[in-house]
Amino acid sequence: MLDMQHISKVYRSDLVETHALRDFSLTVHAGEFVAVTGPSGSGKTTFLNVAGLLETFHTGRYLLDGSDVSKLSDDERSRLRNEKIGFIFQGFNLIPDLDIYDNVDVPLRYRRMNRAERHERITSALELVGLASRMHHMPSQLSGGQQQRAAIARALAGDPKFLLADEPTGNLDSLMARQVLDLLEQINEMGTTIIMVTHDLELARRAHRNVHIVDGQISDFRAYEPLPEAVAAAGTIGR
Amino acid sequence: MLGYYLRLALLSFRRNPGLTALMVVAIGVGIGVCVVSLTVFHTMSGNPIWWKSDRLFAVTMDSWDANIPADPERPQLPPDQLTYRDATYLHRSGIPQRSVIMYRSGGVVSVPGGADPRPRPATARVTTRDFFAMFEVPFKYGGTWNTAADESLEPVIVLTDPMNQKLFGGENSVGRTLRWNDREFRVIGVTAPWEARPRYYDLNNGHFDPPEDVFIPWGAAIALDLDSAGSTNCWKSEDLSTREAFLNSECVWIQMWVELPDAESRARMQSYMDAYWAQQRAGGRFPRPRNNRLTNVDQWLVDQRVVSNDNRVLVGLAFAFLAVCLINTVGLLLAKFLNAAPIAGIRRALGASRRALFAQHFIEVGVVAAAGALLGLGLGALGLYAVRILYTSENPNRAGYEALGHFDVVSILWAAALAVIAAVAAGLYPAWRIGRVEPAVYLKNQ
Repeated sequence: MLDMQHISKVYRSDLVETHALRDFSLTVHAGEFVAVTGPSGSGKTTFLNVAGLLETFHTGRYLLDGSDVSKLSDDERSRLRNEKIGFIFQGFNLIPDLDIYDNVDVPLRYRRMNRAERHERITSALELVGLASRMHHMPSQLSGGQQQRAAIARALAGDPKFLLADEPTGNLDSLMARQVLDLLEQINEMGTTIIMVTHDLELARRAHRNVHIVDGQISDFRAYEPLPEAVAAAGTIGR
Repeated sequence: MLGYYLRLALLSFRRNPGLTALMVVAIGVGIGVCVVSLTVFHTMSGNPIWWKSDRLFAVTMDSWDANIPADPERPQLPPDQLTYRDATYLHRSGIPQRSVIMYRSGGVVSVPGGADPRPRPATARVTTRDFFAMFEVPFKYGGTWNTAADESLEPVIVLTDPMNQKLFGGENSVGRTLRWNDREFRVIGVTAPWEARPRYYDLNNGHFDPPEDVFIPWGAAIALDLDSAGSTNCWKSEDLSTREAFLNSECVWIQMWVELPDAESRARMQSYMDAYWAQQRAGGRFPRPRNNRLTNVDQWLVDQRVVSNDNRVLVGLAFAFLAVCLINTVGLLLAKFLNAAPIAGIRRALGASRRALFAQHFIEVGVVAAAGALLGLGLGALGLYAVRILYTSENPNRAGYEALGHFDVVSILWAAALAVIAAVAAGLYPAWRIGRVEPAVYLKNQ
């Protein structure tokens, strides 16, 4: 479970003080698929960065899967991020001089897994996203949709509990966007909690619930409804 | 993770080959210049018998002109050699554990009835029997002469290993006969390869010259009037027309060393010299103030300017140059690392800690520094070769300077140490800096 209570995040420069999140509270339960919407500059990405432990916050409390992240060192936060969180970005963020196999390998390296286990996880993640045959292609040799699927494979290889997606279809045409969203839904059905920031209200409607952020605060959200038992009990991938 | 980081370093080099080459060259040139200056400095300043430095003393007395010191630039120092009569008198003191008087001579050597009977020029060190024990010269065959040979004519000779190679093909020549000038000598010993660099026991004919070709006992040399082929300095206007007159002159041409194992023997030797000085002064000699010295090897090398101030300045300049190279490398590394900051941001998002990123980038710097050290060694070898050419261009026979053209273990250790220093100095800040990047900034901008 991801539980944020009264979080605030302020960016300060010499002249300006920007409140990116104010008194922000949100609880995301295991297995949920939450879409976060809001206008540009509303704080969606800041929320995702704080949730993904990429940024710290100033006040409030954040429990990630039971751990109070404000008390963790950089090493502990990195380990938590590595083990529990997968990221998907609008720009894919694949490392250009590593092939797809090695890109998917990156988070597993920081977990210090042995070669055999890493290989098994990489191949099963790439099979899941349909890129097993392209594992030794360089990112530049793939289409945008394939690159995003490779990024999803990388996020899933570590078998995270949470998948944080920032505009995952923003750089894709509608057909590829639909394919990626289908894939995300499939992953969610397998038990991974997904939080997706998007501008696209049509995509957002496919989530279990929507959270709308304006000026760093939640202005509207659909209440949490427990998942059907069958979905909640579904296994995870990569094992 | 080390293997993984090394692989990432190689990938990074492929990404920016020009920049990487520039860094390697910058570090390599800096290390190369340092290695050259440090190797030359080490070769010149090293005490080749450091383990006996506190026991071995050069004996000097200021017998020079009342008005003009032996070395006007350093008037506090006595001449670096002794007169014949002072040396032979002090040598008979019986105080030191070992005492050696000696000079350099030269002649023509041949092996009658040998495979190559042609006479060839050779250098000789005329010395007393303790020379080999005092300066720890090892023997390959045979040994030194007896005490009697220091006092009277005994036609025996010790060859160095190279001369034994030339005359006898390297075989055990002990007992064989050779001709030195017009006199036959019996070989009683052959030294094993040995060389003192710098040649501290006689610095007059090149600090780094190799040892003489043969060793001739003092008694034989004096009896046969073997002239000095080394340095002879005279200040007094006096008759030098006969051998006898020369031996009794104020000319200095004899080197003297003593081995004094403790403070008590040093004090006794000093008193002996001072008493002799007083006696001679009363007889009209030693017009200058008393300046009788027992100088240990370390101080001797300093006094005789084996390491000139120029060398020290050069070492300083070399390090300054390395510092400039490293500052440039820091700039290049910063540019390279920060250019790749978005990738570092991705790695942070995927679970890399600051420590992991620091390690990754520091290892990359380490590889650059190691490559720079290898290049530096190559450039250093070229530099040392150039130094050797430079030193020997005026006098091709100054073979001792060949040592400067070769690396020794110390040079390689210096290169390794400099590589570590370079890696730490140039890489610490950029690697730390990249570890502090805010991943969110770069992830958004990707």
